[in-house]
Amino acid sequence: MGVKLLLEKAHVENIRLYDVYRREGGYRSVEKALKTLSPDQVTEEVKKSGLRGRGGAGFPAGMKWSFLAKPEGVPRYLVCNADESEPGTFKDRYLMEFIPHLLIEGLIVSSYALGSSRTYIYIRGEYAWIVDILEQAIAEAKNNGWLGKNILGTGFDCEIYVQRGAGAYICGEETALLESLEGKRGNPRIKPPFPAVKGLYGCPTVVNNVETLAAVVPIINMGGEEYAKIGVGRSTGTKLISACGNINKPGVYEIDMTISVEEFIYSDEYCGGIRNGKRLKACIPGGSSVPILPANLLLKTAKGETRYMNYESLSDGGFATGSMMGSGGFIVLDEDQCVVKNTYTLARFYRHESCGQCSPCREGTGWMEKILLSIENGKGKMSDIDLLWDIQRKIEGNTICPLGDAAAWPVAAAIRHFRDEFEWHVLNPDKCLTENYGLRHYADPIHVPVA
Amino acid sequence: MAQFSDKKLEEVKNIIARYPDGKQKSALLPVLHLAQQEFGGWLSSEAMDYVASLLNIEPIEVYEVATFYSMYNLKPVGKYLFEVCQTGPCMISGSDNIVAYIYEKLGIKPGQTTADGMFTLKTVECLGACGYAPMMQLGKYYKEHLTKEKVDAIIEECRRNAVVNN
Repeated sequence: MGVKLLLEKAHVENIRLYDVYRREGGYRSVEKALKTLSPDQVTEEVKKSGLRGRGGAGFPAGMKWSFLAKPEGVPRYLVCNADESEPGTFKDRYLMEFIPHLLIEGLIVSSYALGSSRTYIYIRGEYAWIVDILEQAIAEAKNNGWLGKNILGTGFDCEIYVQRGAGAYICGEETALLESLEGKRGNPRIKPPFPAVKGLYGCPTVVNNVETLAAVVPIINMGGEEYAKIGVGRSTGTKLISACGNINKPGVYEIDMTISVEEFIYSDEYCGGIRNGKRLKACIPGGSSVPILPANLLLKTAKGETRYMNYESLSDGGFATGSMMGSGGFIVLDEDQCVVKNTYTLARFYRHESCGQCSPCREGTGWMEKILLSIENGKGKMSDIDLLWDIQRKIEGNTICPLGDAAAWPVAAAIRHFRDEFEWHVLNPDKCLTENYGLRHYADPIHVPVA
Repeated sequence: MAQFSDKKLEEVKNIIARYPDGKQKSALLPVLHLAQQEFGGWLSSEAMDYVASLLNIEPIEVYEVATFYSMYNLKPVGKYLFEVCQTGPCMISGSDNIVAYIYEKLGIKPGQTTADGMFTLKTVECLGACGYAPMMQLGKYYKEHLTKEKVDAIIEECRRNAVVNN
């Protein structure tokens, strides 16, 4: 069993309730931070912890906090990004649903560090029932003196509000989220200015992911230096991975980033192997926008070294032969899955979710969707594969926000690693409607006994 | 004429109080959710104009938001809205079969409503239930690990509830 810092208590009966959570040691970090540390010292601990943003980009959280502008007399805001919408990702939902007080606790400590007395949780609109869970936790925290005016007699005031979105992937992008929170369309803003200088209502703002803010609790409890000892290299602490697709045990797992990808997929402690005794074909290890990898490049790097479940190892080889940790949305495809069809559904997703501001993304995502559908339906031409490559290349890097890149990367990686499967669809227009291309040379090089 | 009850107006007031003075436009998304819930599951232009008047903003500011977000229905929908996820992880777990089965059972394709106004089928993009696929959203909650039997049971449950509520 690896170290558990976030979900250790998630299965304690009634941990959703304040009394149980408190009895299990909850809210200690608030006492420690507010009574013994200054706001800057809290930020310093987060810096020392090496905690990287858990939403997908992996930017050091303490550094992000230290960029927050602090002009005199201007309110500052902390906004929790709970818009979790990256296909394959459902970890924040799990955390909020089962151990909501952990997030509230992390938010209070973080709000203290950043000087936010009005903190918002922006949650995706579809998680409607989780809004009730969070609001109940907030009410309990407030009734017990952890929120409101003059918390613990320290003079620090803080309120937390839950804001429900209404169905828009783009609102997970921090500036689009702020626009949405201001009651507007979720159109990303041009940066700079960054939210740390001009964010919500034009005031300095920090936007952090749910898991990032929850991780502040163990960081304060154990100290940043101790937290940094868990994990490996610049992948410190623990990471929540939401595993799905053709595996025996889909679900949310907390890992300490020292385990191999092979262990994560095949051990009974995690995914429990491929469902129905099938073989592994491919995997998207960090949410739909990161490059898909064939089995042989997933379990071992191009150099033949074991690949591990951490930021550095998953990106070993760059986009040529590696992928990314991303949001931790781990999607596993077995030998019966069609990479062309899977890529088509993702392209359709990005077309649907493009906000429409930038032409390369607005137009390009639509073209990619149409071309992929025609190849999938046996109506593609060989030149379409090159055309797809060309379109994705013209989207990447040419848009205001990273949704353009997120739409381009899955298409690029699918063609990079599975070009022969695309060609097979073109060459076998009838067969591809009834059969799948199968494993071929992407085969998993490791012999795995079927249980 | 669209009009909230006093209780709902109180709720609107509480929502507006979450934001700093003068930033009541921030209440737009939550109040639109409330309006959709209160006024028959969709947002007519009359309902949107009413929301604009409550928040003291221009109607166009409401329209541009209502048309951007996928959860706001701009046309009437059935009493029960089946929103079946079809993105990658659900697709590889068999969401196509669920959509086909709903058509077989109710004769509706995505975007259509049954003649009795009871059910609407809508395909949606990733709802964050990838590990519990295939799935659909029904009202406030998710229905996960869908099978044909579960779809049958859900349809039956809706029909029963409709009788009870009438």
